Amino acid sequence: MARPRINVPSTARRGEIVEIKTLIAHPMETGFRPDESGRLRPRDIIHTFVCTLNGEEVFRAELFPAITANPFIAFTMVATESGDLAFHWTDDHGTTQTETVRITVT
Amino acid sequence: MRRHALTAALLLALPAVAGEIGQAERRSGFDFMGPDTQALQRDDTANPGLLWVDEGAALWTRKEGAAGRACADCHGDAAESMRGVAARYPAYDAGLGRPLDLEQRINRCRATHQQSPPLAHESRELLALTAFVAHQSRGLPVAPDPDPRMEPFREHGRQLFHRREGQLDLACSQCHDDHWGRRLAGNPIPQGHPTAYPLYRLEWQGLGSLQRRFRNCQTATRAEPYAYGSAEYVDLAAYLMERARGLPVETPGVRP
Repeated sequence: MARPRINVPSTARRGEIVEIKTLIAHPMETGFRPDESGRLRPRDIIHTFVCTLNGEEVFRAELFPAITANPFIAFTMVATESGDLAFHWTDDHGTTQTETVRITVT
Repeated sequence: MRRHALTAALLLALPAVAGEIGQAERRSGFDFMGPDTQALQRDDTANPGLLWVDEGAALWTRKEGAAGRACADCHGDAAESMRGVAARYPAYDAGLGRPLDLEQRINRCRATHQQSPPLAHESRELLALTAFVAHQSRGLPVAPDPDPRMEPFREHGRQLFHRREGQLDLACSQCHDDHWGRRLAGNPIPQGHPTAYPLYRLEWQGLGSLQRRFRNCQTATRAEPYAYGSAEYVDLAAYLMERARGLPVETPGVRP
């Protein structure tokens, strides 16, 4: 997995609803497509996306084979405290890509 | 009988009415897309093409080949040195005596200055580097290479654009000059300006070059596509860039 693009407002007021947008490069191979020799290409998708704030889970998504390559996930949360937002994408190879972004709540 | 002859004459005369697209009428494929796809291209966090641009930025500074040099070692900051380049290409190469497109220029640079093997057409790395270089011209108007030696190649491209081919016996111009704005199988026909390449097609689920698009169009008219990197495609691209003069570069675009 390549480096993702993440958009988080760097500062927010307490109680404000902030939108978080993420985009990651991934083939999201469904497992239903044959290759040149007619055999099925093995499934390789990101199946879990988790976002935590200071270690506490704030958002989780399960992904399935019908989801596009290079999945774009956007969600909102209520800004409660400053800290590190950590994003984890886990795929069928068991690889987990993790990125951390700082958010300051005033 | 006479009425039939008159109708036939009118039908024959019809295509002559439509012609090349005037400067004021030129519109990017962006304008023909739905608002959702337009929003996807506008937002740099949502536009998946930017993933390739990021990767290209990393390749720009990576040392390559026997020479052990990176693109940045000669060209420095791409935001400075590559600004406007994509708006000008394909450009004339005096050494080869013919125009090169951006992909070929990158591979030529690799061969001569980095002493490394060429990147394959449509490979992730070549698309990433091309997208990164072209991205530096985003927003600038297309301004083709003014070298007079480009003229015969552009003219060849113009002929290719107007030549009927394939089992459906269609020329590019019949859709993109004569019928743009109308619909083909429910999809709007754009004017065919190559200003957003390499671009992300939702249908492809990935980034693709202008030549991939050419090959798709040719397959659709049931013509035999040329090979990647062939002179025909470069000449056609040179003509299309002249035809798109003044439109802003959009790389990386998003198309349905």
